[in-house]
Amino acid sequence: MIGVEHYVVVSSILFVLGVLGIFLNRKNIIVILMAIELILLAVNINLVAFSAFLHDLTGQIFAMFVLTVAAGEAAVGLAILVIYFRGRGTIAVDDVNRMKG
Amino acid sequence: MSILFIVFLPLLASILAGFANKSLGFVVPKVLTTGALFIACILSWPIFISFLGGNAEAHVVPVLKWVASGTMTFDWALRVDALTAVMLVVITSVSALVHLYSWGYMSDEPDQPRFFAYLSLFTFAMLMLVTADNLVQMFFGWEGVGLASYLLIGFWFRKPSAGAAAIKAFVVNRVGDLGFMLGIFATYLVFGTVSIPEILHAAPSMAGSTIGFLGHRFDTMTVICLLLFVGAMGKSAQLGLHTWLPDAMEGPTPVSALIHAATMVTAGVFMVCRLSPMFEQSATAMHFITFIGAATCFFAATVGCTQWDIKRVIAYSTCSQLGYMFFAAGSGAYGAAMFHLFTHAFFKALLFLGAGSVIHAMHHEQDMRFYGGLRKKIPITFWTMTAGTLAITGVGIAGVAGFAGFHSKDAILEAAFASGSSVGTFAFWMGIFAALMTSFYSWRLVFLTFFGKPRWIQSEHIQHAVHDAHGHGHDDHAHDAHDDAHAHDDHAHDDHAHAAPDIGSSGPDYADHGDGTGGYHPHESPLVMLLPLLILSLGAVFAGFVFEHYFVSEGEGAFWKGSLVFPEHLLHAMHGVPLWVKWAPFTVMAIGFVTAWYGYIRNLDFPKAVVAQIGPVYTFVYRKWMFDELYDRIFVKPAFWLGQVFWKVLDIGIIDRFGPDGAAAVVARGSTYAQKVQSGYLYSYALVMLLGLVGAISWVIAG
Repeated sequence: MIGVEHYVVVSSILFVLGVLGIFLNRKNIIVILMAIELILLAVNINLVAFSAFLHDLTGQIFAMFVLTVAAGEAAVGLAILVIYFRGRGTIAVDDVNRMKG
Repeated sequence: MSILFIVFLPLLASILAGFANKSLGFVVPKVLTTGALFIACILSWPIFISFLGGNAEAHVVPVLKWVASGTMTFDWALRVDALTAVMLVVITSVSALVHLYSWGYMSDEPDQPRFFAYLSLFTFAMLMLVTADNLVQMFFGWEGVGLASYLLIGFWFRKPSAGAAAIKAFVVNRVGDLGFMLGIFATYLVFGTVSIPEILHAAPSMAGSTIGFLGHRFDTMTVICLLLFVGAMGKSAQLGLHTWLPDAMEGPTPVSALIHAATMVTAGVFMVCRLSPMFEQSATAMHFITFIGAATCFFAATVGCTQWDIKRVIAYSTCSQLGYMFFAAGSGAYGAAMFHLFTHAFFKALLFLGAGSVIHAMHHEQDMRFYGGLRKKIPITFWTMTAGTLAITGVGIAGVAGFAGFHSKDAILEAAFASGSSVGTFAFWMGIFAALMTSFYSWRLVFLTFFGKPRWIQSEHIQHAVHDAHGHGHDDHAHDAHDDAHAHDDHAHDDHAHAAPDIGSSGPDYADHGDGTGGYHPHESPLVMLLPLLILSLGAVFAGFVFEHYFVSEGEGAFWKGSLVFPEHLLHAMHGVPLWVKWAPFTVMAIGFVTAWYGYIRNLDFPKAVVAQIGPVYTFVYRKWMFDELYDRIFVKPAFWLGQVFWKVLDIGIIDRFGPDGAAAVVARGSTYAQKVQSGYLYSYALVMLLGLVGAISWVIAG
């Protein structure tokens, strides 16, 4: 029988993968965007799992919102990335350090 | 009311001249200050004459409210009595003449308005001092003249030695001023007032009381009088605090005449006379004053005999004459002290201005070894300086008449002898020795300067003058040489840069240089310089004869009218001194004259032989009894060392290190670390955000 804890473990693994994808990745900003998607999906799994387990639809509705925001975020992020690439000719993470004070 | 004009006209002139726009040129400030001083002078003499006539009363002219704080109240007020009247005529007359003289002496200076403004400022401060009705106002004048003296000694401030001399004068005076201030504080503590008349009125009742100080009981009046006298010692260059006066000769010569001979240095004598009822209450203080005065008088005279710089000889002479005034005051003969102050002002100002005229003629050469034979070149200066020398050496016939110094100096010596105390006798003998040396060094100065053959050729100043005259034509040489003179004017130092012909110390060798003039022709000074000389020489000749009756003889009581203490018994004792005491000063004067004549005219090898005989003593005296070296060792060096310690160890090592510098270093170090956190990489920011979030959540959950 698959219990709620299995879902939580999967979502945790996905969340940690996403976080590590942000921090350990030195190659490509697109990977960072993908890692963020992964984190959001991990949260979604949690929301849906607890929603089904607790018989409360609020979680599932909230997951729909998260999906929407994630889609928007991906669109805006990729758009910025394109503009950025036009400007600087690179999207390597180690070259993107213009936020240094 | 004329006293208001006398005191405040110089101040007004000083302000106008000092802050006048440069476009006004030199003439306006000069006319303003000199005019103000002559008006003050003309207003002063009637006051003095009315006191001489005995038909003037002491009065006080209020000016302004000053301080009213609890029990302490005093105002700006000008006190006019016989004592003030004497000082008024001395100050305004000499100052007016010095102003006039400076028109000629300073004519090449680019900073003349500043000079005249300082001179007038000095005169104002000195007038405030002598008209003071309370001790605080006197202290105001006291500090004012100190400031003006500092400014004028350092007038040629581009010359390092002048700056050093100015600082030295200021610092040494500060030591004396501390004593004076403590004296004023003690007076207020004891009497509860700083008003001079009230203090003098209450002083006799304080005799014999004691005051606690440092855990001991001392006689009140002795403590106060000694503290006040320390102030007088500083201002009047008495032994111990005298070292600034010879160095003060770095200032322009008119300044030396006005401040360091005629007026400011006599402020100490004036103060002792003004407070004479107080000093009378303490025999200890009186003996101390007599002793210091006598020692100074002897010490300065010995040094004066060995100096080569014409102004330094006169400076030590001043120091010595001030010693006379103090031991006169210490013996109780305040009238005689004031009389000598009065005559001394005329003949010493005359000698200084005469020396200035010589220096002017000799292109700022001040070393007497390079003079000689000037009698025929500058005859008026010669005759006026001779009058001054006759006055200072005290030429005169006892009981008949004599030059100014004769009357006053004899009165002092008789008073010292007549006082009868052992310290009075000591002072008398010191005074006799000093009179011998006074005569010697004064005539030595005259003989070296005006007699003999010219020895000018070896002087750098003269060489510059002659060289410039040949190089640029004769008309503009005065100015060029003058600038040179400033650059090279280093006479303050004993190790003289010239190849000196050394009369006396190593033998005269000037006979080999042709006529010795080096082709240089000294010119007599302009009329504006000669006029003050002539007027002052009148004073030097007649001041003693005319005024003796009022100052020290039967007329004394009527003239002073209680403005200073006038011990009747001393006057009687002075009349009863043995005949040899009356004749002793004249005798030693003659001996001094003959010795100087023999050594510097008759037998030029004689001084050299004497110096060879007493070598170490001569060196000791020539180095001014090693006072400067001693003070350098005891005070200056340790002070510098202490300053170094406070600077290097305490300030830099501890305060700065742990204070401002330390705090700044911590911030700088911290920010280099903080800087690394701000890498600009997105992922590191995200990591920090995450860590912060985790921390915050853990805190919320755990809390």
